[in-house]
Amino acid sequence: QDHVFAQYRELGVFLWRGFSMQQVAHQCFSNVHDLGKGRQMPMHFGSRALNLHTISSPLTTQLPQAVGTAYALKQRAGEDAVVACYFGDGAASEGDFHAALNFAATLECPVLFFCRNNGWAISTPVHEQFRGDGILSRAKGYGMYGYRVDGNDMLAVYEATKEAREYAVQHNKPVLLEAMSYRRGHHSSSDDSSTYRPNDELEWWQNNNNPIDRMRLHLEARGAWDSDKEAAMRQAMKKQVVACLNEAERAPKPPIGDLFTDVYQEMPPRLKEQKAALEEHLAKYPEAYNLGKYAQE
Amino acid sequence: MDSAALLSAPSRPRSSRRNLVFAGAAACACALALFAVFSGATGSTGLNSSLVATRPTLRTFLAKTGYSAAQAMVPVQQQRRNVAGSAVAPELKTAPVAKDFKEPRFMWQALREAVDEEMERDPNVMIMGEDVGHYGGSYKVTTDLYKKFGEMRVLDTPICENGFTGMAIGAAMTGLRPIVEGMNMGFLLLAFNQISNNCGMLHYTSGGQYKVPIVIRGPGGVGRQLGAEHSQRLESYFQAIPGVQLVAVSTPRNAKALLKAAIRSDNPIVFFEHVLLYNLKDEVGGPDEVQSLEHAEMVREGTDVTILTYGRMRYTVMEAVKTLEAKGYNPEVIDLISLKPFDLHAIKKSVEKTHKCIIVEECMMTGGIGASLSSEIHERFFDSLDHNVVRLSSQDVPTAFALELEAATIVQPEQVVAAVEKVVG
Repeated sequence: QDHVFAQYRELGVFLWRGFSMQQVAHQCFSNVHDLGKGRQMPMHFGSRALNLHTISSPLTTQLPQAVGTAYALKQRAGEDAVVACYFGDGAASEGDFHAALNFAATLECPVLFFCRNNGWAISTPVHEQFRGDGILSRAKGYGMYGYRVDGNDMLAVYEATKEAREYAVQHNKPVLLEAMSYRRGHHSSSDDSSTYRPNDELEWWQNNNNPIDRMRLHLEARGAWDSDKEAAMRQAMKKQVVACLNEAERAPKPPIGDLFTDVYQEMPPRLKEQKAALEEHLAKYPEAYNLGKYAQE
Repeated sequence: MDSAALLSAPSRPRSSRRNLVFAGAAACACALALFAVFSGATGSTGLNSSLVATRPTLRTFLAKTGYSAAQAMVPVQQQRRNVAGSAVAPELKTAPVAKDFKEPRFMWQALREAVDEEMERDPNVMIMGEDVGHYGGSYKVTTDLYKKFGEMRVLDTPICENGFTGMAIGAAMTGLRPIVEGMNMGFLLLAFNQISNNCGMLHYTSGGQYKVPIVIRGPGGVGRQLGAEHSQRLESYFQAIPGVQLVAVSTPRNAKALLKAAIRSDNPIVFFEHVLLYNLKDEVGGPDEVQSLEHAEMVREGTDVTILTYGRMRYTVMEAVKTLEAKGYNPEVIDLISLKPFDLHAIKKSVEKTHKCIIVEECMMTGGIGASLSSEIHERFFDSLDHNVVRLSSQDVPTAFALELEAATIVQPEQVVAAVEKVVG
C-alpha cells in the first residue's frame, strides 16, 4: 500500500516488494516482457501493481512527486499509507530536494525521505557536495524530524525505518532518514572509480564495514548460518541470476510499432504518419536493421 | 544536533509544542493582520470554518489561515477529521453565478466556471498554485473556490514551480486530476525539468502503466509593460516536448469549453491563456459544453488569403481585417487553438482554397510556433501555394519595458495589412 519513488540504487526494495529477478532481467534487456516496453534505461523499472513508480533519470525529480502522491493519499480518509522516496547524498543538492521537503512539511504529508549517504556522487565526495552536517541537519530547517542510522547495519536500518514510518503515519508528517554507508562499487558501468579514489579506502570498507559480511557474521553467531549454507546459496543464486539473464537475453525486443504508442493516450495523426513512414522505410531496407530481433506486433 | 537526540525524536513533540504555542501567540498578531487582508479581499466574514470542528476558536482560526502550530495542538484523530473535512466543505458558499449562460462574462470568470464545474463533477480534480486559495489567484480565476471545495482541493503552494509541478505529477500518477496554475507562464521555465522529463515522458517510459492527466495553465504572452521576464512565450519552448499537448485560448467561450475538455483529458495539457485577455467579456457555454482540444476555430471565412493565428494575435488580426475589408480584401482567419498538434485538416482545407498563407504569432521569429507551422505547410501543401508562407512574429529581442519599444516588438495590425497586400497583391 505504501508507494515507493526510487532513484536507481533500490533494487532491494523492488525485490522485497515482489518484483521478480526475472522481471529485473527483462527490464535490463529492454525486451518484450519489460513492463516499461523497453523504453527506459536498465535499473529504471516500475510496477504500478506493486506501487513502485517508474524510475526516471533526472535526479531528485521523484521527491516532489512523492509529496504529490502523499498529498493524494492524504485526501482519502482512513488511508494509512506512507510514500517512501529514495535518493542519494548528491541528489540532495538539487533544488527539488528543497522543494519537496518544504512542501511535505507545510502540507503535512506522510512522506519518508530516505537518503542513502554513501559518500560519493560519481567522483564528488561529500565534503565537496555540502558543508553542513550531512543531509539530516537540513531537516530541522524545514521543521521536520529525522533519523541518522548506520546504513551498513541491516537491523538498525530496519528498526529506524519502521519507527520513522510509524511516526509519519501517526502524525501525518514527513520524516527524513539518513543512512550512512559507502559506495563500494563504481557509480555505474561507465565509471572507473579508481581514477578518483584510493584503492585502500575501498578495501577498508570492503573488509571492515561490509553490510553483507556483518549480517552473515551476525547470523553465524546465532547459529542460523554456516559456510555450507553460504556456498549453497551463492551457487543457487548465481544459477538463478544467470538463468534469468539468459532468458531475458533470448526474448525478442518489443515490436517496432511500440516506438509510437503511449506517447499520448491515443496515437495522434502525426505519429501515425511517422510510424507508417518508418514501416515503409524498414520494408525497403530490411538488411540494414536487425528486424528479426523484434517481436511481431 | 547529535544523532542520539534525533533518534529519540518521537518524545520531542511535547516540549516543542509548548514552544510552538508561544511562537503561535507571537505570530497571532501577524496572522490577524493577514486574515483581515484576506477577509477584505474575498469578502468573507471569516470564521465560518470549512473544518469539521466548527467552533470559531483561536485554534480553528489559526488552522484556517494555515498556521501549523494550531494543527500540532489539535489531537491527531481530530486532525485527521479536519483534513478530510476540509477536503469537502459542508457549506457550499460560492460567488454569485449568472443563471443564464448567455449573459456575457469576463474570461477570468469563464475560466473560473470551468474549474468550478469540473471540480464539482469529479472529486479528483484539484487546483494548486501560488495564491490560488484565499487570494483567489492573481488573475481571479480561483476566486472563492477554496470556500466551496476546501483548502486541500484549492491548494496554496510555497513558491517553487518545479516543486509543485512535480507534486502535481505525483498526484496525477496516484489518481488525482490536478490543475497547476502558473502565476505567469514564464515562471514555468523553472518547472521545465518536471514538464519535459517527467510530465511528458512518464506515460511512455512506464510502458503505459502511469498516466499524467494534468493541466498546466496560466497567463503568458506580452502584456502591458510587464518587463522582459514576464513577457515570455513559452509555447515556443514547449512545442518540442513529446507527450504534451499545447492549447491556446482566445475568447471566454473557447476558454471555458477548452479548459473543461483539458481537465477531462488523460493527456498532459499545457494551457496557454493570455495576460491581456482576462477582462474580455463574452457569452459562454453551459456546463456540458466542451471544445475539441485538437481542432482550430474558424474566425472569418474568406477567399483571398489564409491567416493563421492564436491567442491575443487573433484580435490584432481582426483589427487589421477591418482595414482590409475596407480595402476590398477577403481574408480567411483561422484561430489555431491547438498548437500541438496542429489542425492540419483545417489548414489544408483553407490553403487549398486561398493558395496563400500568413502566420501571425506572438512568438519570436526564431524557433516559434510559426517556424514549425511554416515548415509543415510548405512540406505538405507546397503544390497548393502560390506564395511562400509569410510569418509575422515578434522580434528576437527581450521585451522592453518602454511602451513604444514594447509595441515595436510585437506584431501590429498595420503589419498584417501590409503582409496581406504584399501576398495577395
